[in-house]
Parts: sequence; C-alpha cells; structure tokens
Amino acid sequence: MFEAFIARLQQGHRTMRYPDGPAPELPDRFVGRPVLDKSGCRECGECADACPVGALTVVDGGPQLDTGACLFCRQCELACTHGGVHFTKEHRLAGARREDLIVKPGPATIAKAYSEEIHKRFGRSLKLRQVSAGGCNACEADSNVLNTLAWDLGRFGVQFVASPRHADALLITGPVTENMLLGLKKTYEAVPAPKFVIAVGACAIAGGPYRGHAECHDGASGTLKVDLFIPGCPPHPLTILDGILRVLGKVEE
Amino acid sequence: MTAVARTIRVRNAVAFQVKDCPVLGEREFHDEVVSTVRNGAWIAALYGEGQPDGSVKLFAVLADDAAHELAITSTVVRDKYPSLTAELPQAQAFERDIAEVWRIRPVGHPWLKPLRFQAARTDAPDILTPVERKIGQSPFFSMLGEEIHEVAVGPVHAGVIEPGHFRFQCHGETVHHLEISLGYQHRGVTKALVGGPNKRTQHYIETLAGDTSVGHALAYAQASEGLSRGEVPGRAVRIRQIALELERLACHTGDLGALSGDVGFQPTDAFCGRLRGDVLNLTALICGNRFGRGLLRPGGTRHDLDEARIRKVLDVLDAYAKDVRQAVDLLQSTASVLARFESVGVISKELATEIGLVGPAARASGLTRDVRADFPTGAHLVRPYVPVTATTGDVAARAKVRALEIEKSLDLVRRELQAPWRDGLTWLEPGGLRPHEMIVSLTEAWRGAVCHVARTEATGHFACYQVVDPSVHNWFGLACALREQAISDFPLCNKSFNLSYCGHDL
Ligand code: SF4
Repeated sequence: MFEAFIARLQQGHRTMRYPDGPAPELPDRFVGRPVLDKSGCRECGECADACPVGALTVVDGGPQLDTGACLFCRQCELACTHGGVHFTKEHRLAGARREDLIVKPGPATIAKAYSEEIHKRFGRSLKLRQVSAGGCNACEADSNVLNTLAWDLGRFGVQFVASPRHADALLITGPVTENMLLGLKKTYEAVPAPKFVIAVGACAIAGGPYRGHAECHDGASGTLKVDLFIPGCPPHPLTILDGILRVLGKVEE
Repeated sequence: MTAVARTIRVRNAVAFQVKDCPVLGEREFHDEVVSTVRNGAWIAALYGEGQPDGSVKLFAVLADDAAHELAITSTVVRDKYPSLTAELPQAQAFERDIAEVWRIRPVGHPWLKPLRFQAARTDAPDILTPVERKIGQSPFFSMLGEEIHEVAVGPVHAGVIEPGHFRFQCHGETVHHLEISLGYQHRGVTKALVGGPNKRTQHYIETLAGDTSVGHALAYAQASEGLSRGEVPGRAVRIRQIALELERLACHTGDLGALSGDVGFQPTDAFCGRLRGDVLNLTALICGNRFGRGLLRPGGTRHDLDEARIRKVLDVLDAYAKDVRQAVDLLQSTASVLARFESVGVISKELATEIGLVGPAARASGLTRDVRADFPTGAHLVRPYVPVTATTGDVAARAKVRALEIEKSLDLVRRELQAPWRDGLTWLEPGGLRPHEMIVSLTEAWRGAVCHVARTEATGHFACYQVVDPSVHNWFGLACALREQAISDFPLCNKSFNLSYCGHDL
C-alpha cells in the first residue's frame, strides 16, 4: 500500500496539457499532411507509379493525393524529382467529408471536421464502441492509447464502452473484411439512435494495403455512412484525438 | 549404398534449391514428420501448394532447436492423406488450413473445421459442407450433460481489441473446454503476396500483425536477402536489432500493465500504459512511425541513427528503466496480485512441447525455445543470446518471463547503441531474387517465433509466400490453459498470452 503510494508520487503527474497547453512534440521524421506543388510538374506520372495503393494521381497537370487512402510511406515524395510532393509534420488530418481528404496543389489547408449536430448532441458526453473489422491492431492500439493517463480521453467526456447498447458512435478500424461484415452491421444496429460513425486509418477509409481485395470491402463507407474520417497508417494518437475533439467542437478548426 | 536424405537441413534464412527438397511418399512423409518432432523439433510451418496437375504438394518445416537447423520435407497428395494431428496435436491448425484452402482431407483429424474461413484455391470437390464453411455457423465442439451450459463471446469483444469468437463449455463456473474460432480478420494476404515482391509487399508484411511490424519486416527482409544473396550493412543490422528489441520492450510493458489492470491493480496498469508509449515514441524518433513502419527494407534500413538520436534514445531508456522496474516490482510484490496470478492457466512443460508453444508462453513453461538463441541471425551470431525461462507455466510465470525479458532487451538495446558506430550506409540495393529457390526465415518477435517461407518461380517472383505468426501456435495454448479453470479467469489468461487475431487470420 505504502509502496504504491510512493510509486505514485515518484512516477509523477503525466497527463499532457494539450489542448490547453502545447500539443506533444512529434518527432522530426513524423509524416503528416502532404503539400503539393505543380509548378515543375511534367506529368511524368512517376509519383503515381510509385504509390502502392493508387492514392496519388496526376490530374489537371499536377499531383493530387488522397490522404484517406494514403499509407504515408513517402514513396511518391522520393519518386518526384522536382519536389512536387512534400510531407509536413502537420498532424491534423481528420475531415468530415471524404472529398476533403483529397489534397490538391497549393497552400496547405486543414479539412473541416466540425459538425453542428454532433456538437449539440454529444459535445458534453460521447461514448464510443470500437469495432475492428480486419484492422492490424495498430489503429486499435493507437486508439486505445487515448485511455492511458498520458492522453486521458475521459477528461473530454469521451469514453470507450463495452457494449454498443451504451454507445453513441462506432469507431471503425480495418478494411471491413467479408468475415466481419455481419458483425459490423449488427453492432451498428445495436447502437441506439442518434448515432454516428468514425473511420480510423487508411483501411477503414479506403481499404489501406488491402484495397481491391476480394476478401475485404475497401473500408466502412460501402456499408455505413461515415461522419468522420481520420487518415493515417496508423494515425498518430494525436491525430485521432484531434479528429474527435474537432468533430465535437472542443477545439477550434 | 548411402541412405537417401528424407529432409533437407538448412540454417535460418539460408536459401536452397527447390529441387533439393526431398519429395517423400505419403506414409514416409508422415513418419518422418512424426519422428523428427518426437526427437525434439517443432512444426514451424506446414502448408500446401497447388500443382498444375491438380495435386497438392505439402511442405513441412520442422525447427530442430538443438541442432540449430530447419528440416524441410515434402510430399504430393491428391484428395487426402493420413492426418498428423492425431499423433502431433501441434499440427491441428496447419491441417485445417490445408483442408479449407486445398480441399485435402487429413484422414483422422479429430476436429476438422476451417481455420480462417477463407476461400478455397482449387476447383477440386469440397470436403467441407457449406455450413461448415460459414463463419459463426460452423458447428462447435459441445458437451452433453444436464447442467452443462455454453457461453459464447465475440466476435465483438468488450475492449478495444480485434474480433474472434470464444465458445466455452461450462459446468457451473468451471470451463471444461474452450474452442477459439477465428478468421474474422482474414484479408487474403498470403494469396496476395504471390507474384511479389512488388510495391505493396512491404505494406502487407508490416500489417500482417500491426503490433509486430518489425518482427515480420525483419523476417521478410532476411528472406529477401537470402534469396538475392544481398548484403546488409553493419549499421543496418544494428538498427534492426534495436528496433526489434524496442518493439519487445513496448509490448511486454503494455502486457504487464494490462495484466495488472485485469486484476484491478491500477498503479502498474497506469504506469505501464504511459511507459509503453514512451518506448513507441522512441521507435517513432528513429523512423517517424510508432510501430516501426517504413524502417526496415530488404537490404538494410531506410533510416539512420545520428549522434543526437542515439543520445536521446539512451536518455529516455534510462528514465524508462527506472520507472518500469518500480512498476514491475510493485506488481510482483503485491500479495493480492500474486494470489490472482499464481496457479491460474497452467501449461505444463510437457503440454507446451506437445502443442508446440513458442515465445514467452513457451519459456514460462520451462522451454528454452527462442529463435535468437536457437536460430541466430544478425548480432546474435557473434554474441549468443541466452533465453530466460520460468517453471510454473501459469499467468505468474508468463508475467515473470516478460519482466525478465524487459531487462534483457534493455541490455541488448543499450549495448548496441553504446558500441562504437562505424560510418557507412544503412541500405544496399538488393538484386533480384534467384529463381527456383526456397528459404525459411525465422525471427523472435515479442510474441515468439515468426516464420516466413518463400519459394520463387522462374522469374524470381514469389510462387508461394507462407507466413506463420506465433499466434497460430499459441491460440491453442490459450484454449488448453482454460481447461478446468473458472470462466472468470478467462480475461486474465487471455491477456497473459495476448495473441494476435490478424496475424493468425492473415
Ligand atoms: S505516401 Fe501515400 S500517396 Fe505517396 S506513395 Fe505512399 S501511399 Fe501513395
């Protein structure tokens, strides 16, 4: 008992100050939101050829990058010989509309995530039910990590719950495997209305590395209406938290 | 006359010609596998490959720990063969995979049902009925008796965790049998790996089991390098070793926290949750990604370590070491925790051997099995690794092995970081893969042995790429650990194994 008390004192207070204080610093090699430049583009298509999942295409004389499908592997950046693709450290990747995840050449913008309706209904208390449907346990782990005392998701009134009956929203990971399709549908049906859906990670948004596989459904959108997309492979916990806080209106866009 | 070899014996990650692998008769194959395993080897892989004439070639990869060799043999079958499971229970999952993919019946298999509920890759007539092939509907093993009741859990579980179905046969609180039925995470990876390497291959590998990205990426890199005779720069060998041990540190720390949380002991749960994150952030410091994605490549690594980074990793590890020791000591000295850990979910050494357990779970039952020691590659070739073990085979032992391995991994990482670094590259572009060769690549990931088996065709692309995550062996161990236990101990037993669903389902 005493030892536990002493350990508690020595381990210290570890909950980050974000969003009231600064966000935790991300490492210099972190791969965040891309910025595209078409000024030197010769439409050679090497960036698109390098992409493992078809997230990058050359449209209207310049690159266009679907961050929803992207695995953030940087192959396109390496392939482009004149700096057309550049990944920044910007962690705010979430967006409410699928089309807003597509980055076009020009100055960096942040996709809008806020929803008036979600803010009104769930702004003070949001219970999430997580469903993994083919996820590799990276998105799951980095969602779950928000429960640790470093992130302390509970302080925002947001909590993961054990039953869909207690939930307000589903947080889906994975490309939605055929074998998990029924389980996902039933879980959704078990959530009482009003409810909404969050897709976390490249798999849940567009299939990830499994895009086009007969065994999967290229993400959640084909089955359910998704209200918030959080890109990444996996998204950093800060990216996930940012998405949840922005859709609820708990931080400014 | 010299006896004809019945297996080809190779070292870990050393390629050989496909034609040098013996093709035995059905019975001979059976006897060879059984006797090699009875003599101390374990089944690292057992799988089928469809042949153009409609037959199926079965390959067995047997890991002979004592000889530090892999014994590989094969046979060709048409629609059935004598099951190995009756004599070698550790073959059970592999034979179910062969049955559902190639429609080959292992005659005498005691509980034949799909392993992953995956599509067949042959036009041969099915040996399973449509209902048996349907996930969630395939019959479960059941017990009869007036007061027997069944408990069904999943696929969706209470926590933030992957899906799987558990079916308990209980009498009161006591579990007499647990059947674990998986496949919900099946994404068709092994099929998709055929024809590679291509631009998706690395991503498939790194998401086989996302929490073991480094363990699997290392197995894949070793396999590619063996098949292309590629060299790996010394710096890269060391960075890979650091990444592999950081992965182990993070996961073992997380597991000890989760075990603690499961018995309601919050201090260690809270401390370890944070500490695990600190280690993941070190991996991100090295490569930008907390799971090590994009760090390893055939031929080396994609990122280098500079002076400042090495310093930073060492500093964070110093603070981590102090805090994790305190958290673990607290766990191991609290009577109420030990009372819940001890004598729960016991796997004896004999049972562990029989079912082919790997990783910390095997070592907790007294087996010294550890790829780093038995089939060393990289730095372990020059500095032999000595595995840690425990004897009681219960939840306490599985926790203890993790605690001891945290110390070992800390040592390994620190030693690598502190030894002088010679300047140079971290990546050498590998050449093409040699045609008509095979390779077995093993790594000791945090859950245990990862096994990749690759075969190339005429153009040097993969004709077959098999993956065996340690979970494939150990899920059966969890089922056995639950026998005659209270059903309320299931979550604790489950966490003490902490197995992968996606790594199993592929
Ligand atoms: S970073 Fe994204 S867009 Fe670029 S190649 Fe990789 S997956 Fe494709």
